[in-house]
Amino acid sequence: MKILAVCGMGLGTGLLLRMQAEKALRELGIQADLEVADIGTARALASSADLILTSQELAPQLGKVTPKIVTISNFIDLREMVDKLRAAME
Amino acid sequence: MAGGGSAQGQAALSELIAGDSIRIGEHARDWRAAVRVCGEALVASGATDPAYTDEMIATVEQLGPYIVIAPGIALAHSRPSPAVHRAGVSLVTLATPVEFGHRQNDPVTLVVGLAALDDEGHVTALATLAEFLADEGRRTALLAAPNPEAVRRLIADYEGGRAT
Repeated sequence: MKILAVCGMGLGTGLLLRMQAEKALRELGIQADLEVADIGTARALASSADLILTSQELAPQLGKVTPKIVTISNFIDLREMVDKLRAAME
Repeated sequence: MAGGGSAQGQAALSELIAGDSIRIGEHARDWRAAVRVCGEALVASGATDPAYTDEMIATVEQLGPYIVIAPGIALAHSRPSPAVHRAGVSLVTLATPVEFGHRQNDPVTLVVGLAALDDEGHVTALATLAEFLADEGRRTALLAAPNPEAVRRLIADYEGGRAT
């Protein structure tokens, strides 16, 4: 599966999301490709992803996209990432 | 893009906070002022020109308070630009917390400034910072640090502990 981590600039919060998601997926025993995209390019890339990870602030700016969107509010809390990814995969 | 060796490399967090990049107990009347202090610390450390400070503020004006990454913590940053000379991180603790307008994570007491030359050179430092801040004890110690030297020591000790 492919997960797109979406942030504003493509190098700050999106990277944090990718790092946390990598750890969470390891814990959950799930294989996935993780890619970071800024909000501008995310819309074009969205259709190729199975899941989108982003913040609650940016999610509305994505507009209508096909994949399920998982929003994270605490980017350094691994528990939140694990719980939300687990719930999204069910 | 791919390969590229370690010319820019993966700098450690302690390397990116080199120079005069830490401010303790700053007074900021709003989020713009807080980000400005963060930007000034990046300028003082030689990482950026003042124009980058405006770019960090513009990021929030355009995209909202999504840079408040956890309760009390903002990651101020923008894109690589001509105003960035090297990858750098600044750390600013606030005497009085300020509101960024984030639904869950306001108010903010720690503002981290990030300047990047590309989308990879700061990955190790950012990972270290996230792991450091994920622990409540370390977060509390950082916020209680009386001066920049104490912050540097906390981070150096943490990096040293992880290396072994």
